[in-house]
Amino acid sequence: MAFDWAWLPLLAHGLILTLEITVTCIAFGIAVGIVLALMRVYGGKWLSIPASIYIQIFRGTPLLVQLLMVYYGLPSWGISLSAFTSGVLALGLNTAAYQAEYFRGAIQAVKSGQLLAARSMGMNMVQAARYIVLPQAFRIVIPSWSNELILMLKYSSIVFSITLLDLMGVGKRIASHNFRYFEVYIVVALFYLALVFIITQLLRLLEKRVHIPGLGETAES
Amino acid sequence: MSLLIVKDIHKAYGGIEVLKGVSFSLEQGETKVVIGPSGTGKSTLLRCINRLSPPDSGHVWLDGVEVTDPKANINALRAEMGFVFQSFNLFSHLTALRNVRIGPIKVKGMNKDAATKLAMEELERVGLSDRADAYPAQLSGGQKQRVSIARALAMSPKLILFDEPTSALDPELIGEVLTVMINLAKEGMTMLVVTHEMGFARSVADEIIFMENGVIVEQGTPGEMFSNPKNKRTGEFLHKINELYGETD
Amino acid sequence: MFLQREVLITGIAVIAQSMPMLLRGVRINIELLFALLVLGLLVGTLVALLQVYGGRFFGTLASGYAWIFRSIPAIVLLFLFYFGPSEFGVDIPPFFAAVLALGLRSSAYQSQIFRGALQAIPHGQMMAARSMGMTRIRAIFLIIIPQALRISIAGWSNEFSSVVKDTTLAYVVGLNEVLRRVRIITDRHYDLAMLAYLTVALIFLLLTYTGNWGLGRLEKRLRIPGLQMMRGGTREA
Ligand SMILES: Nc1ncnc2c1ncn2[C@@H]1O[C@H](COP(=O)(O)OP(=O)(O)OP(=O)(O)O)[C@@H](O)[C@H]1O
Ligand SMILES: [Mg+2]
Repeated sequence: MAFDWAWLPLLAHGLILTLEITVTCIAFGIAVGIVLALMRVYGGKWLSIPASIYIQIFRGTPLLVQLLMVYYGLPSWGISLSAFTSGVLALGLNTAAYQAEYFRGAIQAVKSGQLLAARSMGMNMVQAARYIVLPQAFRIVIPSWSNELILMLKYSSIVFSITLLDLMGVGKRIASHNFRYFEVYIVVALFYLALVFIITQLLRLLEKRVHIPGLGETAES
Repeated sequence: MSLLIVKDIHKAYGGIEVLKGVSFSLEQGETKVVIGPSGTGKSTLLRCINRLSPPDSGHVWLDGVEVTDPKANINALRAEMGFVFQSFNLFSHLTALRNVRIGPIKVKGMNKDAATKLAMEELERVGLSDRADAYPAQLSGGQKQRVSIARALAMSPKLILFDEPTSALDPELIGEVLTVMINLAKEGMTMLVVTHEMGFARSVADEIIFMENGVIVEQGTPGEMFSNPKNKRTGEFLHKINELYGETD
Repeated sequence: MFLQREVLITGIAVIAQSMPMLLRGVRINIELLFALLVLGLLVGTLVALLQVYGGRFFGTLASGYAWIFRSIPAIVLLFLFYFGPSEFGVDIPPFFAAVLALGLRSSAYQSQIFRGALQAIPHGQMMAARSMGMTRIRAIFLIIIPQALRISIAGWSNEFSSVVKDTTLAYVVGLNEVLRRVRIITDRHYDLAMLAYLTVALIFLLLTYTGNWGLGRLEKRLRIPGLQMMRGGTREA
C-alpha cells in the first residue's frame, strides 16, 4: 500500500514552516496582546476604547477572512506583503485579540489587596504594577496562553490557502501528485496529532516549573 | 512634638460622612488602640492617615511633615508608615523572604544582599526564619500575619498601623500574632492598632480611643476606660465586647 | 489611490450589486452552521455520557475520540472527509463533507462542555434519585441530564461563536459559501478585493453579534437560580 515514504523530507520541511509560523505569530500575539491588555486596564478612556474595538473586531470575524484580506485584499490598496509575512501578520493580529482578553482577565484576577499592600509600602503605581500585579497576572495567564498556542498551531494550517508550503500545504501538494488523498491526509493528521501531543506535554512541564502554590491552576484537559 | 498628629479628618463615601472630624495624636514609642462598633470608620481612619483613601479635609503630620499636603511625596511618607491588613495581603507570587525584602529593595533602593540579610533578621524577629522559602499559600493564617508584620518592620517605619490584625484568624492562631505585637510595643515601636482584643488593649495600650459613628467618643488609659468610662456608650460597648469575645479577666 | 472618491464609489456600487449573491453565500454558511451544530450536539452528548457513565472501556474510547477530533486541524479534517473518499471512488458533496468534518470536530468540543456540566452536578442528586427507587439509567435521564443541559448553555454560546466563524473554512473544499463568492467578485474586479473582504468581515461581525445576543437572552430565560456555570475562560477548549 500505501504511503510513499520518499515524501517524508518534504513533510518535514512543511512541519518546520508550521512551527515557524506558529511560534512567530504567538510571540507577536503576546507582544501586541500585552499592550492591548494594558491599554484596557490602565489606559483610561482614550486608550481602552480603541483597544476594545480592536479586540471586538478581530474576535468577531473569521480568521480565514482576516488572512485572505491581508494577502489578497491589501494589494488592491497598494500594500503587498509576502505570503509568510501575511500569514504571520494575520494569525498574529488575530491571536493578539484573544491573548489580550486572557491577560486582562488575569490582571483583574489579581486580588485588589495586593495593589493596596504595594501602595501602602510606598510603591508608586508603576512599581506596583511591575513588581506585584503583572508578575502574578503572568502566572495566572499561562494555562490560557498554552491553550492558545495549541490552537494557533492547528489554525496555522489555513496558510496553505495563501500558497505557503506548511505541513498542510505540503500534504496537499503530495496528494495532488499521487491522488492518494486518504493516506496522505491521514499522515498529515498524524503529524499534527504528534505535534499537539508533544507540545502539550512540554507546556505542562513548563507550567509545573513556574507554578507557584496558590496562584492560578495548571491547565486542565 | 508628637510623632503623628491627626487633625479634624473628614471623609465621606457617596455623600455619607464616615469620618466627621477626628483628631488625636501619637507620641514616639506609644501604642494606641482604636475600638468601636463595626462600620464606625476605624479602617477608613487608618487609610486616611497614609492616604490610601485621601481624606476630604483635615490634616495629618508624620514627624513634622504634612502627609496631607498635596505636594508631599506620598510614597516616601508611606514607606515610613507600616500597614498591617486584616487579610494579610502578602504578595502571592513571592516567598516569605521576598515579601519582606521587596520593599527595602524597590522602594528604598537597598542592595539585594543587605535587604536579604535584613529580611532574614525581621523574619527571625517574628519567629519565622525557618519558613523563609514558603509561599503565602503554604503558610497558616497566623504565620502569614507574622510575615506581613516582618514586611512592615523591614521598612524601618516610624510607626505601624494595624487594621484588625487578628480578626481573620482562627482563635488558636491569634496568640502568636499578639505575642509578636506585644514584643514590638515593649521594644518601643510606635503603633496604632484597631482591634477587638481587649486583653491586648488592657495590657499594652498607653491609651484607648473609642470611636462611634465617625467621631471619637472617648479616649483614655485602659484603667480609666475599663473601670469608669465617662461616656455611657463606651461602657455599653465594652460590656458587649466582653460578651462577644469572652474576655473575662 | 484607493481612497479616491470615484474609485470608492464605483467599488461600493459593485459590492452593493453583488450583495444578493454574497448573502446567498452567507445563507449556506448558516445552513452549514446549523447542520454541524446539531450533529455535534448529538455525537457530543453521546461522547460525554460515555465518558462519564460508560465505564473504563467506553470511557477511554470516547476520550480518545474527543482528543483526536480536537487535535487535528479543521482544515485537515475537511480535506480528509472531502478528498479521502474520492480515492475509493466515492464522491461526497462538499456541504456533506463539511458537515461531517466540522460537525465531528464540534462534537469533540461539545462533549467537553457537556462532560464538565455532568460532573458539576453534585453527587447527592444521583443519590437522592436512587434513594427514591429510580434506576441508574432513569436517574441519569430524568435528573442529571436536564440539569447538565442547562448548565451547558454558557459553554455552548462560546462554541457557537467560534463555530460560526469556522464555517468559512469550508471554502477550502470548494463549498459555495460566502468566501467563494468573494472570489467571483475579485476575479472580475481585482481592485475591489479589500472592499469585498471588509464587507464579509462586517457581515460576520453582525452575525456573531446577533448570535451572541440571542444566546445571551436564551441563557437568561432558561436560567434556574443556583444552577449555572461560568462561561469558559479560553476559546474552544
Ligand atoms: N471604599 C468605600 N466605598 C464606599 N463606602 C465605604 C468604603 N470604605 C468604607 N465604606 C463605608 O464606610 C463606613 C465605615 O467603614 P470602615 O471600614 O471604616 O468601618 P470599620 O469601623 O473599619 O468597620 P469594621 O469593624 O467592620 O471593619 C462603612 O459604612 C462602609 O460601608
Ligand atoms: Mg475595618
